[in-house]
Parts: sequence; C-alpha cells; structure tokens
Amino acid sequence: MDAFLSETEISEFRERLAAAPHPRELVIDILRAIQKNHGWVPDEGVELTAALVGLSPLQIEEVATFYDKIYRRPVGKRVIHVCDSICCWSRGSEEISACLQQKLGIKFGETTADGIFTLLPTCCLGACGEAPAMLVGLNLYGCLTVEMIDEILEKERREAMA
Amino acid sequence: MTECYPQLLLRNRRPGETALLREYLGSGGYEGLRKALTMAPKEIRETVKASGLRGRGGAGFPTGMKWTFFPADQPGEKYLICNVDEMEPGTYKDRTLLMADPHQVVEGIVIGAYALQVTKAYIFIRYAYEPCVRAVRRALVEAAEEGFLGANILGSGFSLEVEVHGSAGRYLCGEETALMNGLEGKRPNPRFKPPFPAVKGLFGRPTTINNPETLANVPHIIVNGVDWYKDLALNEKGAGTKLFGLSGHLNRTECFELPLGIPLREIITDFGEGVWKGRQFKACLPGGSSTAFLTAADLDVSMDFDPLKERGSGLGTGGVIVFDDRTCMVRAALTLTRFYARESCGFCTPCRDGLPLVCWLLEKIEKGEGSLEDMEMLRDQVGNINGRSFCPLAMGAMFPLEGLLRNFEEEIRDHIRRGGCPLGA
Repeated sequence: MDAFLSETEISEFRERLAAAPHPRELVIDILRAIQKNHGWVPDEGVELTAALVGLSPLQIEEVATFYDKIYRRPVGKRVIHVCDSICCWSRGSEEISACLQQKLGIKFGETTADGIFTLLPTCCLGACGEAPAMLVGLNLYGCLTVEMIDEILEKERREAMA
Repeated sequence: MTECYPQLLLRNRRPGETALLREYLGSGGYEGLRKALTMAPKEIRETVKASGLRGRGGAGFPTGMKWTFFPADQPGEKYLICNVDEMEPGTYKDRTLLMADPHQVVEGIVIGAYALQVTKAYIFIRYAYEPCVRAVRRALVEAAEEGFLGANILGSGFSLEVEVHGSAGRYLCGEETALMNGLEGKRPNPRFKPPFPAVKGLFGRPTTINNPETLANVPHIIVNGVDWYKDLALNEKGAGTKLFGLSGHLNRTECFELPLGIPLREIITDFGEGVWKGRQFKACLPGGSSTAFLTAADLDVSMDFDPLKERGSGLGTGGVIVFDDRTCMVRAALTLTRFYARESCGFCTPCRDGLPLVCWLLEKIEKGEGSLEDMEMLRDQVGNINGRSFCPLAMGAMFPLEGLLRNFEEEIRDHIRRGGCPLGA
C-alpha cells in the first residue's frame, strides 16, 4: 500500500508547521498531499493529519468532510467531475453525463470495476466559455461533444495505468 | 463591426500564454507600485475611494470605502486576502485574468497591502484552478526576485509576504467569512457578522478580502488618476472597465474587457456575435447565477451596478449567461436552484430546507404535476428565504427565482395548464 506521506513530506510539513504562526492553516495542504499519494483520505490519513497539526481527529474530520474535492471514501485512480451548473447545462452537459455513464457502465457516485474511474457531478468549474466542461483529476476538458469522450477516457486510462 | 475599447486588465492577453514579468514590465507594469510607494497609505485609500471603483466579486461594494473602514493604523497583524474562489456559475473572468497576466493581480495586492499597512497577504485559489496556482506562484517568485515583494520593497521600508492557499472545492468558500474559516483550517461554515472582517477577521485580526479583478484595477488608478479612470465608463455614474465572461447560447462565448455602462445589446450582438443557431434571444442572467433573469425588454440596459439594480437584477460578477427561445425557463431555474441546494452548507434552516423545497416545487411544475398553489408556494419561499438565511448563499438563489416569477409567470402557468413542459424539455 502507498504511504500516506513520505518521510521527506512529513519532515517538510513538520518544518512548515513549526514555522507557521497558525499551524492549523496547513490542514488542507496536508490532506491534499495525502490524497495525492493515496488517491483518497482514509481514517488513518485523518489521524496522521491530526497528529501532525496537534488537533483531534474529529477537528480534522469536520474540515475534510466539508470539501467535495477531499475524498473520504475510496475512489478510482481518476475522478471525473462533470459540471452540471447552468452554463454547461445550457450547452448539453446532460448528454455528456448520459454518455459517460453509458460508456463507463456506472452511475454518478460509482467507480468502474477496474478501479480507474469514479464519476461525480460538480458545480461550476469556471470554464463557462468552454461549456460543457469536465475535470478529470486536475485536467480540464472543455467544449465537450459526445464524440470526444472515447478519446479522453482512453488517454486518461492510459495515464492512470502508467 | 466590433468597437475597440481600451484594454487595461487584458492588455497582455495572448491565446494560451501567460505574460511573464518581462512582458508585464514592458507594458508599464509595477509603475503603479513605484508611484504608490511615494504616496502616503491614506492618500492611496482616498484615491481609490474617489475613483469610484466597486468590488468585482459580485456585491459591488465601493472598494475605497471598504479600505477607509480598515484600521490601517492599528498595530499588530492585519491581513489582505485575494479571493480567487471563483465558483459563481457563469463566471470565469478571474481565471482569464490570472492566466493572462498574473503580475497585475500581484501588483494590486502589494499596493493594497501598502495602502492598508498589512504585511501578510493570502491568495485563496479554488481547487479546479491548478494552472492559476502555478501561474501565480511563478509571478510571485519573479516579483520577489525584482524586489517588488518581500522585505523592504523597492527600498521603501515596506515589507510584504504573500502566501498561496489551494482550496479543495465548495462554492461557499467564496463567501468571505467562510473563506477565512477555510484559510484557518477550520470547517468553512460562514461566521456571524458583526464583527466584520475589518474589525475581527482572519485569526481574529483586521482583514480585507478583495476580488483579483478589483485589485488589478488599482495600479491603473494610481498611475493614470481618478478622472481618467471614471472616463473609461460609458455611463455617467460608472467608473472603469469590467471583465464580462460570456456563456450560454451565444455564437462566441469568451471573456471581454469592456467599459462599464456598455449596453447589454452590444455585448450580446457584437461581442457574443448573437444568439447561436440563428435563434432568438429569450432571457439572460447579466452577472452570474445570483442575479435575476432579464428579458428582451431589458436589452438596452447599461451594464453597470445601479442601472441593473434598478431593473431588479444586478451586475454581480459580470458573467453574462444567455438563453435562446427554446429554453424552458422553469428548467433553467431548477438547474440553478439545484446548484445552490447542493452547495448549501446546511447550517441554517431557510437554506438547508428551503432550497430543496423550491427544487421540489419546480420539479413538480416542470413535470406537469404542478398547480397554481405550487406557484404561490414558490412565491412564498422567496419571502421565507430572503433576508432570513445566515449568509448570502440562499439569497443568491432567490434572484433567479424572483426573475422567473416576475418575467415568466405565463410560462409557469402554461406548464400547469398543459400538464407538461410546453417546450418539451
């Protein structure tokens, strides 16, 4: 299993925490680092963050569960966030969503059997001029058409397996 | 033919490129900072106040007024936060600005910090804007190398440290008190006001939160003066330019820097190149999702804060979302309300329970199962939610709903009469 944080990362965070007048402000940075390494933030990740910052796991949990881009449940290697806000809706996001569900064989909130993709809706991605749009991992795809989906999934799948 | 208007904020925009320090300096960059450092902080605050600059994040509060309320002379820690949690549907102008010319925002932050006498600033950036994080970090390094940031800036004795905070999602983080909780590593529920951030903000210290577009205007005001700035607007009361992000059913959906006071019709026809697929204009949200629908009767409105407010809508963030004549407005309102209902933090009842109730009513009407009582219940909800929620999120949701009830009541009645959507949505 992946380490939640490497020893180097832990010592870097320790240094930053020691230098910060308000160490708690690093909570999101630590959670995001754990997620980057492990794919999602399990209970042990919450406990590790709590121990580093010097707070209780509950104090970390109430922060972690607020954010929709901190995953507290297992997700695939690539999380697909499809924008369903007004501008993307006006330019066909429902069609894109239906196509993704059909091609991946999963519904929103589910992960493909091979563990590669998780499909989630998201609010506005700030790509309204390139609607409809989606975020795969941290890669933004805009001006989507149904015809583009196969190629994007293939590229992301290849990168995820590499 | 599209009119060419003065470009301040997007003057260095090149497709797919981010301006480096060299280009920024070549276009007069950091001249505002050099001049500002020769002025007294109070003089800068007064200049910004006199310029008529209003906040570009949505609320349109006069920036100079916000700054003159700030206890700049109070000793101890004070903070300036640049709010790049841009998540208002229809809004992508801050991303456009930061990806084109991040130094402009950095210069605005340094001048703002000097005017407010704060020595630490934060740039709060949303999760989806990772490329902006990289562009900003690079700009900060370049600026520090040239002495525009850090200790003893340009030999003035003024020092500023700037930190980037990468967030992790959720619309509510853009609300200033929720944002401060998020920055502190706490759960980003909003805080009660008062105390206002200027009195007790980040880490309990005086704090000002500004939008990046707002801050990017400041160097131009300092260099070119108040009268020049006011003259940029086309309407008498307006001041400056505005980034308008076009979206929805237009032929061209891009971000343009245009003078405040420009008629809505010109934006749609000349810059948006008209409604797509040869269809007719039906409605638009003039300033992001938290503004009320306008109709064809409003096309000659001046795009500025007060003229839009007079029509029961608002300039908001300047995100112009256009809908063609095949759009079902009930369905559009439902899509908008679902967004707010999902992004609600659940802290207060009007928002947590009121917004799902509005969704349920709109769904019923859209499916053809609604009644006139349902429409009246929708109207009641506007009164029940407006002014009663803990923070502005739920009130933002009420603007499009009010616009629907005011301008498209006949379309709602049509759904009820026919027992289904007349547009086949």
